[in-house]
Amino acid sequence: MSFATKLMLSFLSLGVITIWGLTLNGIVAKIFARVQGRLGPPFWQPFIDIIKNNAKRTTVSHGIMFYLGPVFRIAGGIGTYMFIPAVLGSVMFSNYSVSGDVFLVMYFIFFGQLGMALGAGEGGHPYSAIGVARGLAQMTAFEVPFALSVISLAVQYHTLNITEIVMAQQGSILNWTLFTNPLAVIAAMIAMLGMTMYNPFSVVIAPQETPIGPPTEYSASFLGLLATNRGIFNAAKLVLFMNLYFGGATNIISMLVKTFAIYMFSVFVGVAFPRFKTEDSIRFFLKVPALLGALAIVVWLI
Amino acid sequence: MTDIDKIHDSLEAKPEPADTETNNNTEREWRKDEKTLTNSELSLEEQDWFCDARPQPVKPAWGPIEKFYNWARSHSLWILAFGTGCGAIELRPLVTARYDISRLGMQPRPTPRQASVFMIGGYVSIKTLKRIVRSYEQMQGPKFVVAVCSCAINGGMYWDSYNTIKRIDHYIPVDVYVTGCMPRPEAVIAGFTKLKELIMAGKAEGQNLYAEKFDWYKANQKQVIKDWNMPDYNW
Repeated sequence: MSFATKLMLSFLSLGVITIWGLTLNGIVAKIFARVQGRLGPPFWQPFIDIIKNNAKRTTVSHGIMFYLGPVFRIAGGIGTYMFIPAVLGSVMFSNYSVSGDVFLVMYFIFFGQLGMALGAGEGGHPYSAIGVARGLAQMTAFEVPFALSVISLAVQYHTLNITEIVMAQQGSILNWTLFTNPLAVIAAMIAMLGMTMYNPFSVVIAPQETPIGPPTEYSASFLGLLATNRGIFNAAKLVLFMNLYFGGATNIISMLVKTFAIYMFSVFVGVAFPRFKTEDSIRFFLKVPALLGALAIVVWLI
Repeated sequence: MTDIDKIHDSLEAKPEPADTETNNNTEREWRKDEKTLTNSELSLEEQDWFCDARPQPVKPAWGPIEKFYNWARSHSLWILAFGTGCGAIELRPLVTARYDISRLGMQPRPTPRQASVFMIGGYVSIKTLKRIVRSYEQMQGPKFVVAVCSCAINGGMYWDSYNTIKRIDHYIPVDVYVTGCMPRPEAVIAGFTKLKELIMAGKAEGQNLYAEKFDWYKANQKQVIKDWNMPDYNW
């Protein structure tokens, strides 16, 4: 397959995953509303919001870095997705695979947040700075159990290539990392709660008390870009977790079902629990989940 | 000698800053034409911190596209609620399970940059008018204003108060009024339905009205706000 065809197919699959990610966000908003006894917005509400934000007639920029903040953010989202095979063996959804891409993907997960921190910093709003400080602190904390869990996988499968990790899990449901390395999966799933930023780790976005978190100053198409990225990034992270821990997917239906089920884990926790303060969430991640991650490495080294 | 004394001494020893005011004045002359604002209430140093461009009316997009945009705008109203008075107490039930405005695509949005509907909930004192003007100007267009309660319409029970304004639409353009003292949440939702109709029909052009009649609005605002210490337009 030529490079151009591969690139075109990858961007097509990016479009599909964007739509799926935004739909998932809409469904989750609906679920949250139903749990709270409300009817809730229609599941296509994220799409309308993005159209509306891009249809704004005026916008304000505070400088080059402010402008680049959302660009870095969406680059992080696209980069995360582009190096994960969404559907194993599929021409369209297999994306790019390089040796060591699991570290590249972990870097991309962090990259967007760092870019956003620089951009939001130039906006100059104190609430942005608070949001960024909370976001980066929490992110650094949940990266610890997640990184330990990934290292455990590297020890287990002797590879850092996501496609090879998925290949090793094929054949039977008992080959999934979930059953072969449960400690790593538990540590990673707890880290995922911090990644998706629902309760109890939702103080970063804090919709009411510190307006909106890092993007306080972002308006119009900047915000549209950030909202689009929320779809891409969420779906990409779910696909990553599916690949690393739940056997990957060999067809698109199985991909959709598995990502939905994985997302529901953080949604169930989110609707049932109250919120941690930032310092509490950092302490939480660095205790039991980090220990579980370390234990998962030790078990496979012995 | 205490530490505080040392600090005082060091401050006194500092040379006075050179008086550059006259030089700056001549440099700035070229900037003050009919397209820029004077920001004359600010000090010369502060004038450099703020944008001095006037707001300009923005033409709507081409017919069918603008209709599509208007549909999206009317189905995604993000509310910046300004609880100036008692009417704000009726806004809380809107997000609860009983009324639930999120099913209509609306949600509260506490930052003016992202909100599209500005909701004035009750009487407006002169002190809050200043904040209202600031927040309204920081919102990105197209932006809509809903004034809730009698007080925002004609002063209501504060009609002869020395410290409240009577008609909010002398200071910022208002799209929909919701009357009552205080209006029930159902009435507020009815007001939003009316606002949706206006947006769909392309009649909610308050932002352009504000830009076109900018001098009139600004004169009205400055007439009542005596301690004006902000730029003429808050970008």
